[in-house]
Order: sequence, then structure tokens, then C-alpha cells
Amino acid sequence: MSEKTIIDEQTIKEHNLTLDEYALIQELIGREPNLTELGIFSLMWSEHCSYKSSKVHLKKLPVTGKNVIQGPGENAGIIDIGEGLVAVFKIESHNHPSFIEPYQGAATGVGGILRDIFTMGARPIAAMNSLRFGPLDIPKNRSIMDGVVSGIAGYGNSFGVPMVGGDVYFNDCYSLNPLVNAFCLGLAEKDKIFYARAEGFDNAVLYVGSKTGRDGIHGATMASAEFGEDLEEKRPNVQVGDPFKEKLLLEACLEVMDQGLVVGIQDMGAAGLTCSTTEMAANAGTGIEIDLDLVPQREEGMTPYEIMLSESQERMLIVAEEDKVERVQEVFAKWDLDAVRIGRVTEGGRLHVKWHGETVVEIPVDSVVNLCPAYNREYSPPSPPQPIIENTTISTPQNYKEVFLKLLTSPTIANKEWVFRQYDHMVQTNTAFLPGADASLLRIKDQKRALAITLDGNSLYTYLEPRSGGKIAVAEACRNLACVGATPIGVTNCLNFGNPEKPEIMWQFKEVVEGVAEACQTFDIPVTGGNVSFYNDTKGVSIHPTPVLGIVGMVDDIDKAVSPGFKEEGHIILLLGENKDELGASEYLRWVLREEKGRTPQIDLDYEKRVHQVCLDAIDQELLFSAHDISEGGLAVCAVECAFLSPTNMGCSLDLRSDLRPDVLLFGETQSRILVTISDKNLEAVLALAEKHKVTAAVLGTTGGDTFKISVNDLSIFEVPVLEAYNAWKQAIPEYFKVR
Amino acid sequence: MKFGVVVFPGSNCDNDTLHAVRDVFEQEAEFLWHKDHDLKGSDCIILPGGFSYGDYLRSGAIARFSPLMQEVKEFALKGGIVLGICNGFQVLLELGLLPGAMMRNKNLKFLCQHVYLRIENKDTPFTQAGHEGQVLRIPIAHFDGNYYTDRKGLKELERNQQIVLRYTNEEGYLTEEANVNGSLDHCAGLMNKAGNVLGMMPHPERASEAILGSRDGRLIFQSIINYIHHT
Repeated sequence: MSEKTIIDEQTIKEHNLTLDEYALIQELIGREPNLTELGIFSLMWSEHCSYKSSKVHLKKLPVTGKNVIQGPGENAGIIDIGEGLVAVFKIESHNHPSFIEPYQGAATGVGGILRDIFTMGARPIAAMNSLRFGPLDIPKNRSIMDGVVSGIAGYGNSFGVPMVGGDVYFNDCYSLNPLVNAFCLGLAEKDKIFYARAEGFDNAVLYVGSKTGRDGIHGATMASAEFGEDLEEKRPNVQVGDPFKEKLLLEACLEVMDQGLVVGIQDMGAAGLTCSTTEMAANAGTGIEIDLDLVPQREEGMTPYEIMLSESQERMLIVAEEDKVERVQEVFAKWDLDAVRIGRVTEGGRLHVKWHGETVVEIPVDSVVNLCPAYNREYSPPSPPQPIIENTTISTPQNYKEVFLKLLTSPTIANKEWVFRQYDHMVQTNTAFLPGADASLLRIKDQKRALAITLDGNSLYTYLEPRSGGKIAVAEACRNLACVGATPIGVTNCLNFGNPEKPEIMWQFKEVVEGVAEACQTFDIPVTGGNVSFYNDTKGVSIHPTPVLGIVGMVDDIDKAVSPGFKEEGHIILLLGENKDELGASEYLRWVLREEKGRTPQIDLDYEKRVHQVCLDAIDQELLFSAHDISEGGLAVCAVECAFLSPTNMGCSLDLRSDLRPDVLLFGETQSRILVTISDKNLEAVLALAEKHKVTAAVLGTTGGDTFKISVNDLSIFEVPVLEAYNAWKQAIPEYFKVR
Repeated sequence: MKFGVVVFPGSNCDNDTLHAVRDVFEQEAEFLWHKDHDLKGSDCIILPGGFSYGDYLRSGAIARFSPLMQEVKEFALKGGIVLGICNGFQVLLELGLLPGAMMRNKNLKFLCQHVYLRIENKDTPFTQAGHEGQVLRIPIAHFDGNYYTDRKGLKELERNQQIVLRYTNEEGYLTEEANVNGSLDHCAGLMNKAGNVLGMMPHPERASEAILGSRDGRLIFQSIINYIHHT
């Protein structure tokens, strides 16, 4: 062995392993590991790769369903959508790198998720991002946001995948820990799906794509620990992306797949060559032998440790039959990419790595991939519990118009065009709804059907009541889909939390997962995979628990799909669902009154489902002109957004009847509500549908004019020209980025 | 007639463009690989949008050296119809088939949005299905679309009516705000002096079907088809 480094406690600690874990490694391999082997275990047993703290809880998520072709455990989930096609999708976090180096961190997050999709044989057709930043009045947060958005744009635009939407929230807790969760959806033919399996003894193992450098060594381990004062020192751990290479890699991979030249394939993302070799072998019950001298390298003098642990981007591992190797190499040469045979598939389930003629790694792949200990970590609710806030203690606004305009300037609510117009959201010419709709709508060329996708996750809800928040995240995503006319078919989730070794964080995690699981069961949608990101703590401060739900839906007839904006003057505005006495956890409390308090809105999942059904039935019967879900900012913000999204900033007047306080009625975030517009002649039909599904429906007003007016019980609460409100909403985010 | 759509490494609107001319307009159409030397009998060559060679240098600066560009250049000099869209426009500038250069957008950000264009010259193979002053709504998606040329060059462009499309507002007025990328003289689409080569930053293939929110881009393809049929 070439690396004679003595492995002491310090070395073990530096590899983020416990002494018990180290003892187990010794037991599994029957001797002391060398440094490279230790590095391999440390990566594969890191929280990021092994899910050792989350496994016991993730088991509670429903993962099966009649259309599920691939659930959790592969590069991405796969759902059969009929007519010979499958939807391949996944969400993944790139939080830690995006904080250290926002542009490259976010860019490589996009690159990683794209590879997860096309490694399965699917062409990526749309991407979205869920972003969380600290307040924009702090310059550091502006520079992080600017870097992250440019990084996403820089990678996605060049690669040629439309970034069709996503969500952006702002909260103090993300100030030193932004979240970047990247989602991608691909389409593949059902009989051309590829898996990460190294099958067939003596088949060739080919390395394709970019050359290996020293970048990103320890990326996965970095994502599995808290950040301290050594932030700047971690910068070299961030990988650098090359979207052009990735685009070539996509085309070359799809071409060799299409020609039937591939047995198995796995991308080299987190944990690079280590992860791809061990997982592919373990999945197939085989072993792999590779020679590191054959690995294309862009730096000189790299050690086996560095080559095995590098996270250089835009690389893949392909297993191919011997007689097809040359044809694979021809295709890659056409795209100016390396495709180098570095080893072969072996019997015996071992990873055997050679370097300079010597064996440098010789370990059982099963122990690396499957035998990492799982922890049922201690959990307990926070003490003291989250503060409850009674509505009676909240003062009512003096000037509703002023408060309303202020609410529209909350960056969480404000127009996100500053973000979305930096993304090419139209390439591939399938984008039927521009960003800003409840869900993104993508046509499938030559079909009547369309796919709808949405991302959701309000962390204020999950912070104050994790279980309700988890349920709401699923419910709201499904509601978004219902608003465009889509039925949910599959879920991917990204669970962003603090340090799981803290009992109250683990409690948040358990509660959220159980809430998500219950909601997925109620809506009967399988979770096909996702990602857990723990250790989102910087300098001892944890983020709010932030689950992000990515849900894919199917629209049967794209011509019937409905967008949120008002369409014509004189339409009836109808509310599906009920207004309740709930103001806790609202954006109004957070942004206007600066209180992150109260109870999260309560949710009855069965009722929620019935509300969706009314909306879906009404859309199917072509009774609706618009539909928009009520979420952050409540009823008033929902209604004015419908005005902003109309072709002409069309106003409306709402004449509400209620016993609730006007502030609660206008800004409360009660769930299970959808605002729709209809023509006079369809009113009865929609009311009948509501009655059939036992859902409350009430006429609130009519569209028209150029002002936005609200009265409650015949008393005018406020009115404002739509244009004035629009400017406040539209300018809020650009205002922070103005060059002064 | 037959369209040839050039594929460079890094082209990403090649499929979209082929879809528009082949499936929407039902014309014969084929991809042309950049390493080949064969235009496959095309009547019109389209250089599509994307990031040829990653555009890590100057947009289009490397693509101009692709083997096929030799044939494209000869085809253009003999009067063949060539349309460059977005990155294709940038490549045409680098090839020297069109005068001037592109700079970064004035706000130094990538911009993807619908814009309004006014037809300034309808006597071209690319706009003859429209009328002068007609306003089109077509999306842009680029980082380097801020057109520039020197004063003498601009005079010449104006004298020959080579600026075929200009950024305007919805009503067709040349406002500062409508000129989103800061192009000199609001230039959105530029023709060579001979009138057979057009570069345009907006993407007509993204505005050729109602489901995509606009059909105004059809006018460009329809004009080309009409022109070729009548010559």
C-alpha cells in the first residue's frame, strides 16, 4: 500500500466518523482500512449519502402505487404516465455549497439534478428551484441571492432546460444558511429506462465525460456537518460546473442508450467515483475492479485518495458489453468527450482499485453501500413550546390600504420576475404557462395531455407546528395542481433541517415526515424519492425545518387547463372553501407586525381533497375562467394576484360577509381555499358541484374596473388602484438590487 | 422547400426550430451536423439558438470555425437564404456575414421575456408576409443581445434599410424601456446588404403555436416559405 498514514482518532474525526463506526468498519473488512478506504467509507457513510439519521422515519412515507416504476433508492423516481412514456423526476439540495460559493454552488446543484434524470434515460424537459434566503436589506443576502440566481441561470440556460418556476421565500433563519433545492423532470420511453447496475461479469467499466481534478473533495462530508468559523476555508470543497460539457454528455448518453449499447449507468455526483462504483456493483450483486492510472485526470500527481473522492462534475460511469465498447467510444468521440475503459465487472462483490500496479482498495461493496449503521436518534419537542398568540392580542390595522400595500412588498409575496426572467423558461417550446401560475404547465408534443409541476414548502408553518406544516406542504402543492386542472401522480421531497444530533431538530424531522406521510396517503400519491439535508446550522443557529415538496401532476386535456389571472370583466368571483378565525403563522404577522408566532392553520385533509375535486370537476366541465389558491397573504393577496395576472391589470370588488375580524378575513392563511371566476350562467353548475362534494362555496364579488375594492358586511375596508398595488408588488425585489 | 438546421455542440434550440419548420409548417427539414461539409440540398439554412461551444469566449466566436460554416458562407455569398436566431445571429456576426457586434445586455443580466418588435422593412424574404409598422410579440432569451456598430456602419444600415426589426412597446413606439437589452437604434433583427441573410435575437420558433402564448413568430417562417416558393 502506498499510503502509510497511521489512522488515529484525529483522522477518524476529520472524516466525520465516530469511533464506533470506525470499529464497525474494521469488523466488516477484517482489518484496518488504509486512508483511501477510510475516505471511501467516510463518504458513503456520511449523512448525505447514507441517510443514517433519517432512514427510520423515511420508512413511514408511502412509496408504492400502481404506476410507480421506480421508488426511492435510484437516481430518480419513475412514474408510468401511459402511452409508452414515463415521468422521471427528483429534487435535491445544494445548500452548503451555495452558501460558500453561491454561483458555482447553485450551478452545480442544477448540474447534479440534471444528471440524475438523464442517467436514467430521460431527456430533462423542465427544471425548477426552491430557494430560501435571508432578508434582502442585508447586503450579504443580496449577494448570495444574486449569485445563486445567476448560477442557476448560467447552468440551466446553457444546458437548454427550461427553468419554469419554483418558489422563493425569505426569512431571518436563512441569513447564514440559504437553501437551494433543485428539481428536474424528464421524459423517457418506458422500454428505454436505465439503472445504476453493474451487471454481467467481465463487462467493461467505462469512464465518460470530463476529466477528474481535485475539486469537490469531501463535498458530501461537508454537507454532513455544521459550519463554524472556518467557512472561507471550505471554498475549495465546492465544485465548478461546465454546462457545455453536461449538454454534450446528455446528448452522448442518450445516443448510446438509444443504440442499446448500455448495460448500466450511474452519474458521478456526490462522492464521485466512489459512489458510482460501489453502488453499481452493490445494486447488481457484483464487484468492480478499476485501475486509477486509466482515469482521465486534469491535474498531475493526484493520489488514489483524491481520485476516488473527487467530485469533479459532468462525469458518468457506464457498464457495457465488451463488443459494444468501441461503438460507445465512437459516439462519445463524436461529441468530443472521453470514454475510457478503466476496469471491469467482477464476481465476489468487492471493489478492487489498482494504482501504479498496486492494490490500493480492496473492500466488500455491500459493507460500504448497505451496512452503514442507522440511527434512531433521540427526539423531543422544544422546551418551552412555541408561543401561541391569541388573535385578541393583535391590534387591528388603522389603515388597511397601507397595510395591504406593505404586505405586497414582502419579498416572499412580491413579484419574482427579477428571478424568473434570468432563467430561460421557454426553451424546448413546451412551456404553456409562464412562471407565476399556481403550477407550471408543460405540453407533451403530439399529445392532448400535459404535465404540471409545482414546488411548495412554507417553513414558518413547519417551524411553529411541524406536523401541520408537513401536511400543508403536500396539500398546498396538490391544491396548486388542482388550480390548473392537474391530478397529482407522484411526489419527490427535499427535507432541509438543522443538526439531527439535537433532539428538538430530530423531533421536527419526525413530525414533519409523519405529516407529509399522512397527507400523501390521503391524496394517494407515492413518494418516489428525494433528499435529506441535515446540518443546516451555521454558528449554532438552525434553520426553520423546511420540507420542500415537488409534486408532478397530469392534465388530460391541455386546452382545458386554467391559469390564475382574471380573464374578462363581469365575471363572478367565487370562493371554494371556508374562511376561519386563523391568523397565526401568517406572512401578515411576520412581515407587517414582525411576529413569527401563533398556531399554524389547521388542516382537514379530507376536506382539502374535496375542495380539489370541485375545482378539478369544474375545470373538466369547462366552467372556470380562472383558479388561484389562497396561500401566503391570505384572501386579499390571492385576489389581487388574480388582478395582476390578468391581461390588463383588471380590478375587482369583493363584498364579503363574515363575522371574522377584517384583518383575519383578509390576511389569515386558512387552508383549503381556492378563488375561482365564472360566468353568470355557470354559477349554478359550480355551486351544485360544491354541494355534491360537501364543500362551502360563496360568491364574493365581480371582476372589472381598474380598482381593487374590498368591503366587509357593506362597510368599505379599502380600495386601491390596481396599478398602484401592482407597482408596489412588482418593484419590491428589484428595488433591493438597484445600483445606488 | 427544405430547411437545414445546423447543430453545433451546445446548440439547444435546434430541436425547437426543427419542430417549428417540420411539424408546424409541415416543410421538409433536416439537421446539419457542424463537422460535416454537406448542406443536404437545403433552400434555407437556419443557425439556431443555444450556447455553441458553451460560449465561454465570445458568443459564436468558436462556432464560426466549424467545418460546415465554410459551406454556409459560400451558400450565403451566392444568395442563399440564411436565418440566424439568437446564438445563430451571434455566429453570423462572428462569421462576418452581418456587420457589428453584440455586447452584454444593458442590465448585465440574462433576459428571458416576451418583447414587441416592429417590422421596419417588409421587402425582405423574412418579413414579406407582414406589413411595415406591424408589431409582433415574440420572446427573447439571451445575455448578449446588445447590438453595436460604429456610427458610419449605422448610417449605412439605415441607408440600406438593413435594420428589419426594432424593439418597441406594444403600441409600436420606440421607448427606452422597450429596448430591453440596450441595442443600438433598437436593433432586434439585422439583414445583410444583399438581403438574403437575417440575424434576429428574438425566437420566432417560440412564438409559432397558440399554446405557447403567441403565434406572431409564424410570420418569419411563412415569409421565407412564400419567398422560396416564388423564386
